[in-house]
Amino acid sequence: MAQMSHAKFARRALAGMAVLALALMGLLVGSNQFGDGSYAPKLGLDLEGGTQIILEPRVTGNREVSPEQIAQARDIIVQRVDAGGVAGAEVTTQGGRNIVVSMPGTPSKSTEDAIRRSSQLQFRPVLAIAAGSPQPAPSVSPSASPSAPASPGASGTATPSVAPSASVPSANPASPSATNNSAIPGALTTGTTSPSPSPSPSASASPSASPSPSPSPSPSGPASTPAGDPFSLEQITPELTAQFTALNCAEEGSLDELVDDPDKPIVTCDADGAAKYILGPVVVSGDKISDASAGYQVGPNGQQTSRVEIQLNLNDEGAKQYADVSKKMVVLQQPQNQLAATLDSRVIVAPSFNEAILDGNASITGGFGIDEARDLAQQLKFGALPISFDLQTREQISPTLGSEQLRYGLYAGIIGLLLVVLYSLAQYRLLGLVTVASILVAGLLTYLAIAILGWSHNYRLDMAGVTGLIVAIGFTADSFIVYFERIRDELREGRSLESAVATGWDRAKRTILIADGVNFLAAIVLYVLASSSVRGFAFTLGLTTLLDILIVFMFTHPLVTLLARLPFFRDGHRFSGLDPQKLGAVKKTSYAGRGRFTTKPPRVAGGEGSAS
Amino acid sequence: MKFSDLGNDLYTGKRSIPVVRRRARFYLVSLILMAIAVSGLAINKLNLGLEFKGGSEFRVTSTSVPGDYEATAREALGAADDSQGVRVSKLGAGTVRVQTERLDDVESARVRTELARTFSVAEENVSATFIGPSWGDSVTKQALRALIIFVILVAAVLAIYFRNWKMALAALIALVHDLIITVGIYSFSKFEVSPATMIGFLTVLGYSIYDTVVVFDKVRENTNEAFANGRMSFAKAANLAVNQTLVRSLNTTVIGILPILSVMVVGAIFLGPGTLLDLALVLFIGILVGAYSSIFLATPLLVSLRAKDDAVVELDKRASRSQAKRDRESPAVAAPADPDEVDVDPDREAALATSAPMASGEDSATITGRQVHKYAQAGPRNQPKRPPKSRRK
Repeated sequence: MAQMSHAKFARRALAGMAVLALALMGLLVGSNQFGDGSYAPKLGLDLEGGTQIILEPRVTGNREVSPEQIAQARDIIVQRVDAGGVAGAEVTTQGGRNIVVSMPGTPSKSTEDAIRRSSQLQFRPVLAIAAGSPQPAPSVSPSASPSAPASPGASGTATPSVAPSASVPSANPASPSATNNSAIPGALTTGTTSPSPSPSPSASASPSASPSPSPSPSPSGPASTPAGDPFSLEQITPELTAQFTALNCAEEGSLDELVDDPDKPIVTCDADGAAKYILGPVVVSGDKISDASAGYQVGPNGQQTSRVEIQLNLNDEGAKQYADVSKKMVVLQQPQNQLAATLDSRVIVAPSFNEAILDGNASITGGFGIDEARDLAQQLKFGALPISFDLQTREQISPTLGSEQLRYGLYAGIIGLLLVVLYSLAQYRLLGLVTVASILVAGLLTYLAIAILGWSHNYRLDMAGVTGLIVAIGFTADSFIVYFERIRDELREGRSLESAVATGWDRAKRTILIADGVNFLAAIVLYVLASSSVRGFAFTLGLTTLLDILIVFMFTHPLVTLLARLPFFRDGHRFSGLDPQKLGAVKKTSYAGRGRFTTKPPRVAGGEGSAS
Repeated sequence: MKFSDLGNDLYTGKRSIPVVRRRARFYLVSLILMAIAVSGLAINKLNLGLEFKGGSEFRVTSTSVPGDYEATAREALGAADDSQGVRVSKLGAGTVRVQTERLDDVESARVRTELARTFSVAEENVSATFIGPSWGDSVTKQALRALIIFVILVAAVLAIYFRNWKMALAALIALVHDLIITVGIYSFSKFEVSPATMIGFLTVLGYSIYDTVVVFDKVRENTNEAFANGRMSFAKAANLAVNQTLVRSLNTTVIGILPILSVMVVGAIFLGPGTLLDLALVLFIGILVGAYSSIFLATPLLVSLRAKDDAVVELDKRASRSQAKRDRESPAVAAPADPDEVDVDPDREAALATSAPMASGEDSATITGRQVHKYAQAGPRNQPKRPPKSRRK
């Protein structure tokens, strides 16, 4: 009965394996048919060449770029490149100031931008807001009545939130639409900065700006520590006002001259140029971000909304600063209760506080798509580049290894495989065929996995990867050897083949699992913690280890279980590799009942291995 | 078949390699190998590639890049075809990039002139600059940190799995041993160390620990049985485990090394030094050393480490008592061993059969007078007590 179930289980496992292989094949075909996949595995930089990008630091004024900055920027760029998949890019410095990124394939424009963007996130209090360009926005202003509290942000609502769900005054229809609409923010501002209603949006800056010398709108008294108070309107000097009035966000390059000093207030635009701001000094800087992730916002009833948000976790220091800031700001009036999040000096969102945020979790919802948000979250997580970079050149690069290296490597691999086949046939006779079949299946699955991962994760094989796969033949074969040797051990004990297979498997299973488990652990640790090519290695190791386990459990063992039922193997044919006599099995003594034992001599009497 | 006979004999313990008893010898071999490796490292230094140290880069801009630009560039540098430390690649359509080790100004000016001459372009079209390492300190630092964390985790996992931290320790010592020897021997080849070679070292690391774990799993099984029945000393049980896995170790090593060997031969014949040969060499050394350490170093180390353990000392006493008892009894007892043993495990009685008259009747060759077959004297398979079927796994 038990054996029946063994066989049944084995058949099921084999069927499962077939289904898995077919599914992977289907996926591969599908990726080729409907996506941009390819049947050949993608190759790495050293085998296929790729694109070389030279980035030049952007220097404003007479600031010098220090070697430390370049080194730091290089490390951050490495992390960003790594986050884009397991492609095995190379990042070096050139001439002590440029950064050279070589990556296989042709990176898209957005990948390039994501790599070189500085991604400096800062939180600054808003001192004044106005429409980005001096065009009047007459039509909208009436409609945008001081319904503003519901949708305070200029370029999207952003809510420093306690929990992802609760935070938002969810009925915020304004936010999606408001993002790209240059008119509305200005209108809103005119509405909200009501203390001095002035018709033209461009002038609307002045209300908050002009009274600045006079402490008139500052019942912001609670937080009125005069000097060095980042929220104080007294910081708005006449120069700033002039700058602010002159600023036209619609103009190209209007912010190129911007000098971003974290300790001073700045005048800037929001990301799409729809509004301009006077912002106070940085109150929480981007290096306090410990983690960032992007996703869809969860509505108050736990449902996903279509709004994209970036969740920020601040470290302890940042959380404390953020809490202080929010406590102070929540009591201020519009627009001073808005805290702007700036990315590379441009405002992405400027939400107002509805309540103090004490736990250091902030979220930004704004006008970005999910992909953009994911890129941004990655960049925020790895930290900002100390300097911005301009693209200097962008060229195709030829492979560093000649094509013959790969070709001969593959020939050698095939020769090696043939030798392995011969050796296992010599060692294990027909059972060796199981090894060969398993290695072939492993090869097929590896190929499928690599081709698919190349498509989905931009996984690329470099030379080290190719040899790693050749070594993996050894690992995979070892699992079978451990297993077969166990079966033989059990046969030597005098078991029948079927029970030897079952018992041997039970013992071999443990060994295979722990040995592969350790390797898998190595793969995970190295993948998570190391960078560049070490990461690629870890990926390959993890992949081959997983496949090894999969094949032993779902292919080799079931196959052997089924084969053990065939007379050829069961009766221990000379060429089966499982001949009990040859293995020196001890004679089996079995209980014959009524206290008698029978010693069933093996089929041919005499000449047992163990005896001679 | 001779080989299978060997396998059988090793399994039963009829023939065995005294790995544990002769451990001093193997320690000595390992120490000598390590000394050679370390001195090799000290003398030869590792020939780190420009990915680690940075170097000089020349760019030749030309309207027509010849098809054999690589050979041309190498010729200009006076570097042989197979010499390393020179990377030549083509950028876009009209630029050849040549990277070398860091050159001083004079050298660099000379190379520039040479390159301009061989590519027949004006010297202004050859630019020279320094490049930083692509595998810089930060990559190394991260990799090292990852390795240390990995080692700690592996030690923890093995200690938990084997329920014994000394086993984890022995496995880690074997691992370090393998890495030192592999790197050291590699340094003798004077081949360049490229990032690919580093990856090769990491592969060796994985292989080494895998190999050791497989052997240790058998050691654990045998010694646990020994602890349970007290018929065999710890050293003996461990030794038997090594011998029982010997065939597996040999087969695995051969199968692992065959592809590497063919890569190495093909690489040496057709390609000369290059990434392929570097990697093959690293893996070849690594797998051999890994196999050696898993057989001859790890288990003896474990025995040495545990020699003073109370449990082990106690077991050795029990084992020698049991041995003495069996020695005393075996000549006298002519009847089937212990009656209760037969009761407990009729299957196992077969193992004892060699010493019993039943067996001697059929095959007296094994039984010479009072001598009991080794298989009956010792061996974990020979235990009277097995857990009941319900608890057997």
